[in-house]
Amino acid sequence: MLYWASLSLMRHTRSFYGKLILTPTIVLLLLWIIIPLSLTVYFSFQSYNMLDGSPTGYAGWMNYDFFIFDEAFYDAILNTFLIVLSLLLITVIFGFLFATLLNSDIFLPNFVKLLYISPFLIIPSVSALLWKNLMMDPINGFITFILNMLNFEGIDFLNEYPLGSIIAMLAWTWVPFSTLLILTSLKSVDKTILESAKIDGANPFQISLLVILPNILRSINVVILIETIFFLAVFAEISIATNGGPGTETTNLPFLIFQKGLQNFDVGESSAGGLIAVILANFVAIFLIKIMSKNI
Amino acid sequence: MKNLILMLTFITFSFTVFAEKLTIVSVNNGDMVRMQKLSSDFTNKNPGIELDFQFMEENVLRQKVTLDITNKGGAYDIMTIGMYEAPMWGEKGWLVPMNDLPSKFDIDDILPAVRNGLSHDGVLYASPFYGESSFTMYRVDLFAEKGLIMPDKPTWGEIYKFAKALHNPPEVNGICLRGKPGWGENAAFIGTVANAFGARWVDDKWNPQLTGPAWTHAVSFYVDLVQNYGPKGAPNNGFNENLKLFNQGKCAMWIDATVAASFVTNKEESTVYNKVNFALAPSAVTEKGGWLWSWAIAIPAGTQKEAAAKKFIMWATSKDYIKLVAEKHGWSNVPPGTRTSTYTNAMYLNNAPFARLTLGAMKAADPSMNGTLKPKPYIGVQFMTIPEFQAIGTEAGRQFSAALAGRKSVNDALKSANKSAYKLLKKGGYIK
Repeated sequence: MLYWASLSLMRHTRSFYGKLILTPTIVLLLLWIIIPLSLTVYFSFQSYNMLDGSPTGYAGWMNYDFFIFDEAFYDAILNTFLIVLSLLLITVIFGFLFATLLNSDIFLPNFVKLLYISPFLIIPSVSALLWKNLMMDPINGFITFILNMLNFEGIDFLNEYPLGSIIAMLAWTWVPFSTLLILTSLKSVDKTILESAKIDGANPFQISLLVILPNILRSINVVILIETIFFLAVFAEISIATNGGPGTETTNLPFLIFQKGLQNFDVGESSAGGLIAVILANFVAIFLIKIMSKNI
Repeated sequence: MKNLILMLTFITFSFTVFAEKLTIVSVNNGDMVRMQKLSSDFTNKNPGIELDFQFMEENVLRQKVTLDITNKGGAYDIMTIGMYEAPMWGEKGWLVPMNDLPSKFDIDDILPAVRNGLSHDGVLYASPFYGESSFTMYRVDLFAEKGLIMPDKPTWGEIYKFAKALHNPPEVNGICLRGKPGWGENAAFIGTVANAFGARWVDDKWNPQLTGPAWTHAVSFYVDLVQNYGPKGAPNNGFNENLKLFNQGKCAMWIDATVAASFVTNKEESTVYNKVNFALAPSAVTEKGGWLWSWAIAIPAGTQKEAAAKKFIMWATSKDYIKLVAEKHGWSNVPPGTRTSTYTNAMYLNNAPFARLTLGAMKAADPSMNGTLKPKPYIGVQFMTIPEFQAIGTEAGRQFSAALAGRKSVNDALKSANKSAYKLLKKGGYIK
């Protein structure tokens, strides 16, 4: 992302002096990217099990071969995109609904609004622990407690619906965020337009869909952009609640790379995975920037 | 004037505070946490030394410690490691060897199996804090209610029948066993079950055996047992989760590390402390291949604080420390499985109903190459002491938990585990 940003900055600055003044920053930015990147490239061609202490020799393409043809790799790609897409849908739809509710004339005390935003302020690892141990635990959890009261058996969420549970945890954190952003732009929608729409006889549904939505599209774009970056790199919830399991059902790309590097201590394969992730992330970044630059 | 006095007191204060600070990183098991509570005994005797404890879960500990030692990070002066790491790292020269120990420490008192497991070429590299084998813990009251009798040496077949008879959820589950993925968690435990069914991780040419009949039989049995008669959420339960469940009275049986015994019989922690009894770990086709593990304390090579660190280790793993725990918390709570003298102490034998069984199980465990039904090319019971095992065990553990959660068939899970084990062994140059 940074890389593309700096390049486009260079391209858009016409004058020579402008470029000169920008150069130190750009060089610093590039070094910031290039040094870790080249180290990763180097390690990705070495056989390096951390328990051996140092690289034990040139590995050729073996690390890439192992990473790409690992069954877990396909699951990880699939899960990564499932997490991103489903959460984008959930957060935008519910964000819009809740923002409309908060923006409406229905009286809500201020502390309720504050409570509504609070999940976003909870640290991811803490929210994962909360959900895992207090809510979703199949024996002592709160949901089980409610179900038992209603004479139902407890549900083992993290094993029966692993990916769904992770997505639910993340939605709990991120819906408030999208609500907040969408709410601010709802507030800035011109009241006179709404009134004229009313006078023209549009029903509330038409007003939301045809008048309000086009007005807040920009902030929805920002929500999508920011959230995509975060959702591509979801880690804490997965690591704490399911450890990528059962099997590989909640393993996404960042978690897989972590697993290769810090659980299996295979630095070579982990570096290869890291590079593949960089390439994929850049594709997404180009794609996103293209869409965004049209709308912003 | 006032300011001057304040400043002077501040300066003298800062001088007295100046002391050598030892950073200790450890697994968050109960015995270790107790050591922190008792550590004022050490700091009182050694006024120049301060202690800074950091506790973490097993998987996290392993990450931090391995990263630190391989990168010579020097973040920790004392680290808790196990039987897997100690001999490998000792061989590499990453640990300070435990030689020239004071005679008061009495190194020959350490149980031979534990001492061997933590040594390389006869040199001890980590001093054992506690040692463990595995055994069966069961609820006497529930067994009596159903008129069942637990034999001293149960087989897995008998355990299955008991679990079936006693399973009565949500009040009580037939059996609690490990499912949480991780080579030190479910893979280690299922490894011992497989050993009992006559399996080994690899054959003598290092070909992984996970798809062989013994492993298939063992894992199918395990999955069947835990899915039908285990608690909900079993695929996420490790040692500490099962301990909690057992102490809440939710398990009729629990087979795990012997170190659990002092917690399940502890009045303050367990609701079933007076209803527990013990039997040996179950066998199937062989009695060989029982669990052997020790958490031990080691000093990373290159530390500036070697002398102070050694002093601490000599305190924490000494006979005197065991006496100290006995004085403060009673004999049944002393760290088990390290010293012969503990097991010849009449006070311990009288107060710890599990002592004789623990010692017997630890003596029977054999990490050598003849420790399983068929000979194997590696050292270690529920793990292989090679750098690649961490990855092999982690991948296998992941597959086991998928099978346990019913997300994958046992055969598919074992196939995947075998495939990744093969790749890893090939990559490591074991398979030619």
